[in-house]
Amino acid sequence: MNSELNRRDFLKQGSLTALATAMGSQIVFANRMPAGYRPIFLDEKDALKGKSAEMIVQGDKPWNVETPVHLLDDRITPVEKMFIRNNGLVPEKIDVANWTLTIDGESVKAPKTYTLAELKKKFKPYTYQLVLECGGNGRSGFQPQASGNQWGQGAVHCAQWTGVRLKDILNDVGIKGDAVYIGYHGKDLHLSRDPKKESISRGVPIAKAMEDETLIAWQMNGTDIPEFHGYPLRLVIGGWPASVSGKWLSGISVRNKVHDGAKMEGHSYKLPRNPVAPGTDIPATDEYYKIIESMPVKSLITYPKTGAMIDPGKELALRGHAWAGDHAVKKVEVSIDFGATWKECKLEAPVNRLAWQHWNTNIKFPANGYYEVWVKATDDKGTAQPMLAPAWNPGGYLNNACERIAVKVG
Amino acid sequence: MKILLIAMLGAGILLQTLPETTARYNNNVLVTLADTTKKDPETGLIVDENLYMVKAQCTSCHSTKLITANRFTRDGWKQKIRWMQANHNLWQLGDAEKPVLDYLEKNYSPTASVARRAPLKDIKWYKLEQN
Repeated sequence: MNSELNRRDFLKQGSLTALATAMGSQIVFANRMPAGYRPIFLDEKDALKGKSAEMIVQGDKPWNVETPVHLLDDRITPVEKMFIRNNGLVPEKIDVANWTLTIDGESVKAPKTYTLAELKKKFKPYTYQLVLECGGNGRSGFQPQASGNQWGQGAVHCAQWTGVRLKDILNDVGIKGDAVYIGYHGKDLHLSRDPKKESISRGVPIAKAMEDETLIAWQMNGTDIPEFHGYPLRLVIGGWPASVSGKWLSGISVRNKVHDGAKMEGHSYKLPRNPVAPGTDIPATDEYYKIIESMPVKSLITYPKTGAMIDPGKELALRGHAWAGDHAVKKVEVSIDFGATWKECKLEAPVNRLAWQHWNTNIKFPANGYYEVWVKATDDKGTAQPMLAPAWNPGGYLNNACERIAVKVG
Repeated sequence: MKILLIAMLGAGILLQTLPETTARYNNNVLVTLADTTKKDPETGLIVDENLYMVKAQCTSCHSTKLITANRFTRDGWKQKIRWMQANHNLWQLGDAEKPVLDYLEKNYSPTASVARRAPLKDIKWYKLEQN
């Protein structure tokens, strides 16, 4: 986009600091600036470029962009409908030819660095469809309001990722018996632009890291990973909070303790060990909090869009997806009477482990009027979605309450 | 400085030709306040006498959406400031802290809730074409 060219042109001519200083005062050329104008070339590139016009911007610094639920109707989510949750700023310069991945940490026999080309040549590639869902998806449903992006239910996608298995790389490097956790490192910039700080550096226990579906990926939906989704290399771990799938990946540390990178501390991506009453403040320590692992069972109605008006006597075709973190979904049901009765839907098996499952059904309405169609999934352990918002928690994580659409008949 | 001016005007014209960029922003969180409060067009923040201080202290690192999308008590906002000072290189606010907290408490405090699943709202009805 031209704004980026403007920015680059400017950076050639003068220092960013000088410009920032000039802009910070907000008055130097105020008389020349259109009202309400923000100098976008000082900020990141436009994350909305190439995205659907219906995407919902939760924030633009860092970029956090949500997908309206009806846009998630595709079986494999295309990039224009994928949510973005960034913690820092997209790397300013991405040198693909010299991009490397370094495996280090207390529990490697010796650190090792691979170029992108070596990764592609040395290891067998695999392709999986994987559900990545923000741990805070659904946060806006909690009362009192929890801290963070006020996501509806659209911070989720299931794309097709291609790369090599992390376990093949770790086996090639050589891992010591005391390995407990892995933590990723990426090239995104901290919001403060302090180069010593990482914006996010999370990870998973070694057992999850060694699963077949845990990929070091360079392709998404058959092409290079898009810039805002981690180009050129991303750790992709399905079924867990998407924040463990590190973008702009440059390193993996194999740790002999729980990884302690940015956003592993405080109550980030953690739940109270013991349930708390809504609004309760508890100390942000390990004594009180545990790290979120598998995401809970969930389902969406992706067709039709909420607000559908239909003719009397017509059946309504409904469809959507369901997923359950590390588990599979065994049943999806819909209700048009606020949960008094449920109708079981047709449910497909996942294309691979950790992919979402597609469901569909037809519904007949008994009389004209206002209806809500609710959807509920049950996982293979027999755990179903709650209809009410589940346990309130200070970070507003894991709201997997049943979703619904409004329908008017007649 | 001439180049700076040209770059700014260029970007400004560009932005003006893309009004949908700002029109797309989802302000549903603010809907309940929209009728009675005036918003600063630059930041979307509620206008009051301490707004200038919030803009000076808070907008160099992050989007103002991080303020407008959240509701905290005075103590809750203070905890956010302390957290940014501990983790995000936020400076000591000094005398500015009081007006900043006054502003946040006055304009972005928690609102009362009525239900664990509120009624669906803002439904945009449309005629569904069926086969």
